[in-house]
Amino acid sequence: MSILANQDTRLIVQGITGNEGLFHTEQMLLYKTNIVAGVTPGKGGGWVLNGKVPIFDTVQTAIDATGANASVIFVPAKYTADAIYEAADADLPLVVCITEGTPIQDMMRVKQYLHSRKTRLIGPNCPGILSPGETKIGIIPGNIAVPGNIGVVSRSGTLTYEILYALQQLGMGVSTCVGIGGDPVKGMGFIETLELFESDPHTDCVVLIGEIGGNEEELAADYISRRMTKPVVAYIAGVSAPPGKRMGHAGAIIDGLSGLAETKIKKLESVGVKIAQYPEQIPNLIKN
Amino acid sequence: MRLHEYQSKSLFARYGIPIPKGRIASSATEAKQISEELGGNVVIKSQVLVGGRGKAGGIRLAKSHKEAEEYATEILGMEVKGIPVRKVLVDEAISISKEIYLSIANDRNSQKPLLMASRAGGVDIEETAIRTPEKIIKRTIDPLIGLRDYQLRDIAINIDLNRKFWKPFGEIITALWRLYVECDATIVEINPLVITAEDKLVALDAKIILDDNALFRHTDLAEMRDLDDEAPAEVEGRKFGVVFIKLDGNIGCLVNGAGLAMATMDIIKLLGGKPANFLDIGGGASSEKVAAAFRIILSDPNVKAILLNVFGGITRCDEVAKGILSATNLVKPKIPVIVRLVGTNHEEGMRLLDGTNLIAASSLYQAAKLAVEQTCEVVQ
Repeated sequence: MSILANQDTRLIVQGITGNEGLFHTEQMLLYKTNIVAGVTPGKGGGWVLNGKVPIFDTVQTAIDATGANASVIFVPAKYTADAIYEAADADLPLVVCITEGTPIQDMMRVKQYLHSRKTRLIGPNCPGILSPGETKIGIIPGNIAVPGNIGVVSRSGTLTYEILYALQQLGMGVSTCVGIGGDPVKGMGFIETLELFESDPHTDCVVLIGEIGGNEEELAADYISRRMTKPVVAYIAGVSAPPGKRMGHAGAIIDGLSGLAETKIKKLESVGVKIAQYPEQIPNLIKN
Repeated sequence: MRLHEYQSKSLFARYGIPIPKGRIASSATEAKQISEELGGNVVIKSQVLVGGRGKAGGIRLAKSHKEAEEYATEILGMEVKGIPVRKVLVDEAISISKEIYLSIANDRNSQKPLLMASRAGGVDIEETAIRTPEKIIKRTIDPLIGLRDYQLRDIAINIDLNRKFWKPFGEIITALWRLYVECDATIVEINPLVITAEDKLVALDAKIILDDNALFRHTDLAEMRDLDDEAPAEVEGRKFGVVFIKLDGNIGCLVNGAGLAMATMDIIKLLGGKPANFLDIGGGASSEKVAAAFRIILSDPNVKAILLNVFGGITRCDEVAKGILSATNLVKPKIPVIVRLVGTNHEEGMRLLDGTNLIAASSLYQAAKLAVEQTCEVVQ
């Protein structure tokens, strides 16, 4: 079982005719994801993949024709904000944005706007959702995870695959893997994902994958100590990263000491989270 | 993308933020000439994209035209934190009665723009932030409705600003906000914003960092990038969409994804090795891009082995393998190259690498161990 998405999720691909959009539509279809439509402005009425998926000009017309209830976005970065606004205005409950390189101020406005909408956003700059054996929305390779009871949430992309693969090698299965993305301003965060895993009857423990920058891991640690009953294992990337290039005084004043890998690790350890020293150590920490 | 002070000040001027009279010079003769034009005392300021210029002696007050020439000669011949000074800004000297700190920056904690102001402006602002944080006023701005007039008054009151300065101060913040939004800045900072002995507000220094992701809609600003101030390998990397940061170890890393690149560096260090760089080839890596990444790593003579860790998602492993092959055929590295490919099309990728002298590894741990062993042998 899974959080966020399952076999019944009816998915739209925004930017379906681009290289990456088309490649990953094919990959998702191979995983039996229920892709009901694609959206590319100006190409409505056409089809992709030999008549498998119809193309619409707008998200709303795609929803009207197919009853879609989620979308995944592959449009170029300069169109990301518009694509999210369009999906939110059409009241899609779930939007997963894969595109990387979105201007930060665009995302700040999007984020603020979403407070007044029903849409739950994941990303941008994220690998998406994989519920092994059920569905995949995004670009996580389907063959590196099997169904199971471990929830995975990560700020990283490929690092997440590394950990899924390590779990799979030992036959350990995953309920849902959520890549929330590494951008400074983004949709769903660690805490909201942890809440979903905490209340999911099919998730027994959670793997949290963080990295340097920001204070999300610290906030997640607070949440874990107050609310989580399920065990959490974490890996934080960037212990060896040199102190970042100075970004003016403002950056230093805002960040203070949060953002360092050591700070995050200490905070998580203090609330009983086991920390892996390298990704492939995670399966052992879960077993013990 | 970080702008020089003189570039930032030219943007300030464009938005109506008062700055001292002054111009940029690349020779001492020019500096002297500007000093003569300005008449009185001038400040000679090195233009480099690193902090701590003042403490390194890169900012001098000249009390005569002759001194202006002398100091410009000195500063143009010096290095600040290893970066040679190529230009100086020659500004009229200003008599200061009060220093204010003012900035607007992207704040990832609130996910909104954050305006900060303090009556304790100047070089010690970070110290102030730690010791007396209550002296720094912080206000988030709703990105959809923007900066409102009441917020200007709120800030002026909270930094104890005399009422007679509210209007010019408000105009400066408003202009700074417009600049921040219209130029897609991640940080705009005035430190200090001074009140002069003549009761005028002037931005004595200027710091602007622009969002690289938004440069596509600011081609004029993108042209301000100073390639002289960046490491050539980093510039070369950017051409191909490769993020490269040089470190001082001897194991070159070629990885897709920032998180995995850091994890790869971390495990090398954990096993007793030293990473030579951070390198992220990003998503959708083409042969061309991987080959460029290879050349960049090999341009560092300290590199004794290369660890290539690619976990395919959006990146296709067969593409990566082709890139590795074309790069090794071209560059013919004489050092061990350890390769690990997993993910989309990875079987095809590994098949393409069969029969070459690349060392294949099946796990990240094994790959890192091999790389560390290789570099230890070199040392012996």
